[in-house]
Amino acid sequence: MRNVKKEAAIAANRFGLGARPGELETIADEPRDWLLAQIETPYDASPDVARLPDSAEVFEEVQEIRAAQRRGEVDDIVEQYGRVVRRHFVQQALARYRTAAASDAPFRERLVHFWSNHFAVSADKQPLPAIAGLYENEAIRPNITGRFEDLLIAVEQHPAMLLYLDNQRSVGENSRLGQRANRLRRDQTFGLNENLAREILELHTLGVDGGYTQEDVTSFSRILTGWSIGGANERGRFSEGEPGRFEFRENIHEPGSHVVLGTTYRDDGVRQGEAVLRDLAKHRSTARFVSTKLARHLVADEPPAELVDDMVAAWMESDGELSTVYAVLIESDQPWQSMQTKYKSPNDLVISTFRAFDHVPDEGRMIVGAFDTLGQVPFRPGSPEGWPDTAEQWGGADALYKRIEWVEAVSRLVGNRVRPVELGDAVLGESFSAATRRAVSRAESVTQGMTLLLASPDFQRR
Amino acid sequence: MDRRRFLTAAGLGCAAMTLPTLSFASASTEKRLVLVILRGAMDGLALAAPYADPDYARLRGELALAAPGGEGGTLPLDGTFGLHPAFETLHSLYRDGEAAVVHAVASPYRERSHFDGQDILENGGSSVGLLRDGWLNRALEPLGGSLGDERAIALAQNTPLILRGENSVMSWAPSRLPHASDSTLDRLADLYADDEFFATRLTQAMSSQEIAEGADSMQSRQRGDAAALRSAAASAARFLTTDGGPSIAVVEVGGWDTHANQGSSNGQLANRFAALDGGLLELKRELGETWSNTVVAVVTEFGRTVRVNGTRGTDHGTGTAAVLTGGAVDGGRVITDWPGLKNLHEDRDLRPTADIRSMFKAVLHDHMNLPSAFVDNEVFPDSRDARPIRDLIST
Repeated sequence: MRNVKKEAAIAANRFGLGARPGELETIADEPRDWLLAQIETPYDASPDVARLPDSAEVFEEVQEIRAAQRRGEVDDIVEQYGRVVRRHFVQQALARYRTAAASDAPFRERLVHFWSNHFAVSADKQPLPAIAGLYENEAIRPNITGRFEDLLIAVEQHPAMLLYLDNQRSVGENSRLGQRANRLRRDQTFGLNENLAREILELHTLGVDGGYTQEDVTSFSRILTGWSIGGANERGRFSEGEPGRFEFRENIHEPGSHVVLGTTYRDDGVRQGEAVLRDLAKHRSTARFVSTKLARHLVADEPPAELVDDMVAAWMESDGELSTVYAVLIESDQPWQSMQTKYKSPNDLVISTFRAFDHVPDEGRMIVGAFDTLGQVPFRPGSPEGWPDTAEQWGGADALYKRIEWVEAVSRLVGNRVRPVELGDAVLGESFSAATRRAVSRAESVTQGMTLLLASPDFQRR
Repeated sequence: MDRRRFLTAAGLGCAAMTLPTLSFASASTEKRLVLVILRGAMDGLALAAPYADPDYARLRGELALAAPGGEGGTLPLDGTFGLHPAFETLHSLYRDGEAAVVHAVASPYRERSHFDGQDILENGGSSVGLLRDGWLNRALEPLGGSLGDERAIALAQNTPLILRGENSVMSWAPSRLPHASDSTLDRLADLYADDEFFATRLTQAMSSQEIAEGADSMQSRQRGDAAALRSAAASAARFLTTDGGPSIAVVEVGGWDTHANQGSSNGQLANRFAALDGGLLELKRELGETWSNTVVAVVTEFGRTVRVNGTRGTDHGTGTAAVLTGGAVDGGRVITDWPGLKNLHEDRDLRPTADIRSMFKAVLHDHMNLPSAFVDNEVFPDSRDARPIRDLIST
């Protein structure tokens, strides 16, 4: 017999982003259908996301400040540049967390965060802080229920990824520009940069043990030369093309055929690299690497091998149709065996807290500050590997202490507006344990009751 | 109720009280070890430049550092190598015989993934995925630490792999939030009692909190990488000089993955070196007399390509340099079996001639007084070829 109350708690809290009051009633006795409906609905940007500017506009704005500085029109470049970049960063973070807090399709929203982390860029290198959130909206959001290859191509051609992994100026040795530079002198400014090719193979597709060599990396990076950004205007070069949009630069593209993973790819301009990505997307190593990460995120730190096998099979059969892969996971019985199998990341904790209070934040700086303290600043995982996804990696003692400090600070803000035991029932449902209920009901104040509820193992796990 | 009494009252202190506690006067715990992990692959050829190597200037091109003497020149080490000019503090320690550079060193890892490289540096194994715990955690076994009496601390919110494992360790990072109230913590400890994951972590956090309180109010509100590193160094020193505190600290610093615009005597990497140098100065100052019993090891997962790439940076490489400093180090020298730059590893990287575990072994045995059989078999299994570097520690 399926316990639908238990499944509803799992659907809302582990697959979703934490129940809002009333959500468990909405799910009622159809938890699996509730999830499936979210991935079958066509993409529609939330009002907060739709209101944001286009990344190309922001890129131009930032370039313009630099140009004005070169013309001697800006006194304090650091101050002005910093102000503009910070404004965009905070605005995008706010839109992201308002969307997460208010979403009626929280499973879909969780998938957005998952993919954005799988294809991580990190806002610690300029101008990434100004466009990292827009990257998520433009490359990830519209592509998470279609085919993996379309998601992959959208990601690798987005200016944020090209800038983050240094590809915009990677120059083929035998390209027109490369040869001219070689004739004039050995100009070190022009040459190959293998960063993007390596991370695509290691982190985005096959995985580090997926069966590629250093030669594949170098060869693939040659194929990817020319994948650049319009209006980059680096020292007066690379300025052609529409500013801030993907631009294929024939004059720095390494000509000729190249072999990646034993397949020869003929020179076909930008399509040469796209062909490699399409093949990588259908590779069994990719299917396994990505399915394992998905199952780890949605089921348990050590995902059941049988389930991963089923997902890989569905991936191979459907050529990487993501909604098919998600459906296999949802319809399998394994995710529904136990409640609270995952220790929440700070991202999960903050969003589920907002949702528990039915609160849609309106102070971007406060959100960024909270994440800074809890150790997960939005859009800034610090490396292309993204944030970790296991209890072992998030479970530092001091990190727990900061969570307690944070939930207490939040609970103080809430004052007497809520009744902690009722809230526990409404958001945790079947996963509200007797011990936690007892502790919360005996609290000396609403603030303390809320703190105990939010710091309880029941709420800290999903 | 203060926090220490709260712990006892909550029943969480019991484990610590019933287990034997080593006296702090004992020889093994007088020694201190600080491990600084530079994440992102630090360029050893920029840290200690082989300016006298006949191929160096040609291969390094615009990123080459100059011989000592001229403008932007390196700081003299031994006639072959020069220290990056950002390292003022480290250089004066070197002249005082309290710092050494180990060059052309690498872990057993020969691929170029940061993440696998760091895993191997930290788990102490010879290949990826072989060991799930960290070598420094395994090394804690004879030091007798336990819950409530941890022998090692990570200056980080979450414990890095190098310190993860069976033995109980602490982790701590500064906070900007008001402290949680004691009465709520008291009740939480009760609520956590049946859940080991939460119970053990709360206990650890409480005792760290107590030790760190002073350092917290002084340091944590400063911003920026250099300030963060100084603050982490000061907190580490504070833990290491507390009565009954840990004797080993791990500090981690990111930002070394210089694929583009690396700079030479000035620039991006030079700024990070200066921040690191500031951290070392802070550590020495805050350790006070304890500095004379301390070894500080600065290490990274692998090096960078010898040649400059197309974006004025360097890509993932193999051999690199490590730094050892502290009053207990027999320094003033560059320790290396220099392979030269004529024959590069895979025609791109500095060829490693020393195993980083040789350095770690020497520190654990000669400085921390751990038995060599234990170090060879338990801490670094499968490491027979990595002989400890001799005479690293002053006697």
